[in-house]
Amino acid sequence: MNLTLKVWRQKHANDTGTIETYEANSIPAEASFLEMLDIVNEQIVQRGGEPIHFDHDCREGICGMCSLTINGVPHSKEKGITTCQVHMRKFKDGDTIWIEPFRGKAFPVVRDLVVDRSAFDRIVSAGGYISVRTGSAQDANSLPISKDSADSSFDAAACIGCGACVAACKNASAMLFVGAKAAHLNLLPQGQPEKDKRVLAMVRQMDAEGFGNCTNHYECEAVCPKEISADVIARLNRDYAVASTKEAFK
Amino acid sequence: MNALTNAIIRFWQSSIGKKLIVAITGVVLVGFLIAHVGGNMLIFAGREAMNDYAYFLHHFLHGAGIWIFRGVLVVAFVMHIVATIALTKQNRAAKVENYQNEATNVASKSSRVMIWSGLTVLAFVVFHIFHFTVRVDPELAGMKESSGRHDVWGMVIVGFQKPLVVLFYFVGISLLCSHLSHGIASIFQTLGWRSRKSSEAINRLGLAVSVALWLGFLSIPLAASVAGFGSDEMETPVTDIADVTEEKR
Repeated sequence: MNLTLKVWRQKHANDTGTIETYEANSIPAEASFLEMLDIVNEQIVQRGGEPIHFDHDCREGICGMCSLTINGVPHSKEKGITTCQVHMRKFKDGDTIWIEPFRGKAFPVVRDLVVDRSAFDRIVSAGGYISVRTGSAQDANSLPISKDSADSSFDAAACIGCGACVAACKNASAMLFVGAKAAHLNLLPQGQPEKDKRVLAMVRQMDAEGFGNCTNHYECEAVCPKEISADVIARLNRDYAVASTKEAFK
Repeated sequence: MNALTNAIIRFWQSSIGKKLIVAITGVVLVGFLIAHVGGNMLIFAGREAMNDYAYFLHHFLHGAGIWIFRGVLVVAFVMHIVATIALTKQNRAAKVENYQNEATNVASKSSRVMIWSGLTVLAFVVFHIFHFTVRVDPELAGMKESSGRHDVWGMVIVGFQKPLVVLFYFVGISLLCSHLSHGIASIFQTLGWRSRKSSEAINRLGLAVSVALWLGFLSIPLAASVAGFGSDEMETPVTDIADVTEEKR
């Protein structure tokens, strides 16, 4: 199939950047979206140009490295998958495809479609852990956990930290990510002792990184490749209210 | 500064803290609107019922009640506006560069124009207070019953005879209800009471309350201006306005 690509090109972090148009010809329908970009890049290199830079790693939807906002939607309009799992058969011959980086002040563009998502790492460093050594896996019944809590925690733990939630949000809010990372630990007995401290520290780091505020549009939930529910945001709001109150009267 | 003051400042400075303030003040404001529309419906019960209710509002707790009520409302209203403006400024700063080809997946139009519907409602509320509470129009301010009480019922009927006023009420109330269609459901999410299971019911509740308020509030200006409600009685007012003015002299 033949496609027209409108790709964001930016030489470095301080460059203003612009959309450039590329013709992607003879793309096989069975190619993945990233393979299509690989083909286009080979053509660009053959012409002596600078290839389009983009993030990728596992290419099987589990590492959270690939990004790209495709036709205005992070990871494309296909539900519950990452960019690397998008296939060209989902497009039609002659389509124009817009490819832009994940947008958000806290996700500065490094080059072309590559953005710096280390703000997420700093949020996790602030509280997304359990301080004590939990040791190796223990006997399944030695620490009773209700099925509901285990399931909810597991759902939250599915977050791969790709940043699509921030990219989709009109306010570049990281609430879905932070909510997922906090809920993942807060729902388990091992996470309980540091629950309040964790919530306060992670939210404060999130604010310090310059992410926006949640206005309950649920765009994040709609694009999340792991289909994390906005329930984790409600839970984070509630936990933050409780933790702040406890802190005030400590 | 003690720990409590520090905690309050940190709460205000945090994103979730400001959102919680917006949600809690939102509860107060929605509660007020429901009570307001309930009271308004007395218009249809007749002049005496409406004026009795207005008299009660101005005299319960020896007249202090209404001022306590107004105080709470003003504080809630101001905090709601200040917090949302601060949040909006932060949100704009957080998304410095937007997409050249932007797409919206699920966000409703109402949810995306909250700051503008909110600010228009602010302008409408200011107008509404000058119109029916401060009563800058001497014709509306001078309307009295034979007992000397202010004729609130008559004031409303006369107040809605001007098409431009009715139009502004229509726009103001419609934007208020658009604001609420997103706002009411958002209260539940921000306070942490919404889940995937309950989201459908909460969204419907928000929409139902908004539509009910829209119908309730607009029924009065439309009844008075379009359907001619109250016009028969207004032709034979209880007391002539001129008489009252003379009595005062």
